Amino acid sequence: MLIKNKADFSSADITPESIYLRRREFIGASLIGSAALMTGTNARADAELARLNFKKTTRDTSGGFSTDEALTPYDDVKRYNNFYEFGMDKGDPEKYAGGLTTMPWSVAMEGEIAKPGNYPLEDILSWVDLEERIYRLRCVEAWSMVIPWVGFSLAALIKKVQPTSKANYVQFVTLERPAEMPGQRSRFSTIDWPYVEGLRMDEAMHPLTLLAVGVYGRVLPNQNGAPLRLVVPWKYGFKSIKSIVKIRFLEKQPPTTWQQLAPSEYGFYANVNPQVDHPRWSQKSERRLPTTLFSPNRIPTQRFNGYAEQVAGLYKGMDLSRYY
Amino acid sequence: MPLSLLIFVLALLPLPLMVWQSSQGPDPGKALVLLSGLWAIRLLIITLALTPIKRWLGFIAVLRYRRMMGLYVWFYASLHLVTVLTYLLGWSWAVFLEEFSERPYMALGITAWLLLLPLGLTSNRWMMKKLGRRWKRLHRLVYVIAILACGHFIWLIRSDYAEALVYALLMLVLLLSRLPARTRSLLISE
Repeated sequence: MLIKNKADFSSADITPESIYLRRREFIGASLIGSAALMTGTNARADAELARLNFKKTTRDTSGGFSTDEALTPYDDVKRYNNFYEFGMDKGDPEKYAGGLTTMPWSVAMEGEIAKPGNYPLEDILSWVDLEERIYRLRCVEAWSMVIPWVGFSLAALIKKVQPTSKANYVQFVTLERPAEMPGQRSRFSTIDWPYVEGLRMDEAMHPLTLLAVGVYGRVLPNQNGAPLRLVVPWKYGFKSIKSIVKIRFLEKQPPTTWQQLAPSEYGFYANVNPQVDHPRWSQKSERRLPTTLFSPNRIPTQRFNGYAEQVAGLYKGMDLSRYY
Repeated sequence: MPLSLLIFVLALLPLPLMVWQSSQGPDPGKALVLLSGLWAIRLLIITLALTPIKRWLGFIAVLRYRRMMGLYVWFYASLHLVTVLTYLLGWSWAVFLEEFSERPYMALGITAWLLLLPLGLTSNRWMMKKLGRRWKRLHRLVYVIAILACGHFIWLIRSDYAEALVYALLMLVLLLSRLPARTRSLLISE
C-alpha cells in the first residue's frame, strides 16, 4: 500500500463514479454516524459500528500525521487488545467489552484550569472537527500496528478549558465500573484501579497527540477504548489510555498505573526507544502485525517510534535512559 | 497396546490445538511461544502426578506411562525453545547471548531445558540398565526442573498471577508429597 504523491490530491481522493452515484446513502449514513456518537452508542460485537463524519487523511506523510505503511486490518485492530479492565488475554477485551455502557458519557475536567466542569461528550465534540490520522502504535510488549484513527488534537480541548500557569502536567483517568469491567473484579490482578496515565503539558499540547473517537472511519469499538481515548504515537501503547472519564491539570507529575506497579520497568515518559530495553525483554525490534508462522515480520524499532523529527525536541538535554 | 496408543494420541493433541488457536490471532508466533510453554508445564505436572497417584490410589498401571509423559514434556519444552528462537529472537546469536545473560527468566528456562536433555536421552531401557542406581538419582533432576519452570513462568507475568499461581501450587503439592512422611508431618504441624 505505497501511496507516494506530491500532488494536492491523490487518486484515492477521487470518488469512484459508482460510489458518487450512491452519495446520498453515504451522507445519510455519516449523519447517522455522528448522531450515534453524539448520543453515544452501546456497541454490540455483532452490529456494525456507526460511520463517522470526518476529514479524510491525504496520506501526506510530512509532519507525522499519516504514513504510507500498510494498515493493520480492521479485524486485527478489533480482536487484539491490551485492555486489562476486560481481562488479561489479548482476545478478552473483544469478548467482554460489548456490555460496556458508553452512553451517556462525560469527561470531568479539573485542576489548574479556568473552566473546570463535567463536560458531556457531545459538547466536547461540538467544539472540534474530526480528522483521520494514520499512526504507528508500538506496544511495550514488542508488537506494533498501523492504525487509521479518527479524532481531534488534545490541544484543541485543552485550549478550550484554559489551563492556568500552574498546569504543568495532565493526568487522565479511565472509567472504573467493575460491574461492566470483569478485569476490575479479578482478585489476582495487581493493578490498583482505576487506570491512570499522564503527560507533561508540552507533550499534551503537541499537535501529534490525539484524542480518538473512531477507527477505520467508524465509532471506536468498546475494546479499543470507546468512546474517547488518547493516542500518543511516539510513546508505548500503555500511555494511550482508554475510555477516559477524567482529565486533571496538575502542577506536579502525577503517578501512572504501570510506573506504580513496576517502576524499574515502566517510566512516566515511556517514549519508544530501541536503546533502552525493558528489563525483561529487548526493545530493539518489533513484530509488525499481522504476522504468520511463516513470516514473523520482525522490523527494527525506531527512536520515538519514527516520530523523532517531530518530538525529539521535547526531550532535549534529558538523559532518556534515566527518564525512560 | 490400545490404551498406550490412546494416551500417546491424547498427549499429542495439544500440538494441533495450539497451532489452530494461535492462527486465530494476528500474532501466531507469539501465541505459539506462550501455548507451547504452557503445555510443557501442564505435561510436567501430569508426569509428576503419576507417582503420587500410584501411591494414593494404588493405581500401579499409571507408572507405565510416566516415561511417555516425561518425553512429551521434553517435546513441548523443545517446541517452546524453538518457537522462542524463531519468533522472538529471530535465530540471532547476538540477541540470544544478550537475552540469556541479561534476562534471568530466560536463563532459568534454558537451564531447565538443558537439564531435560540428559533425562530425555536416558529414558530408555538400555540406559536404565547401564546406569543402574545412578539412573534414579539422575532423574531426581526433574524436581529442579519443576522449580526452574515455575520460576520462569512467574517471572514473566505483567500483572495477573492467578494462572501461574495455580500451576505453582499444584507443583508444590506434588513436590511436598515426595518428602518422607516424617518431614512432611513436621512441616505441616508447624
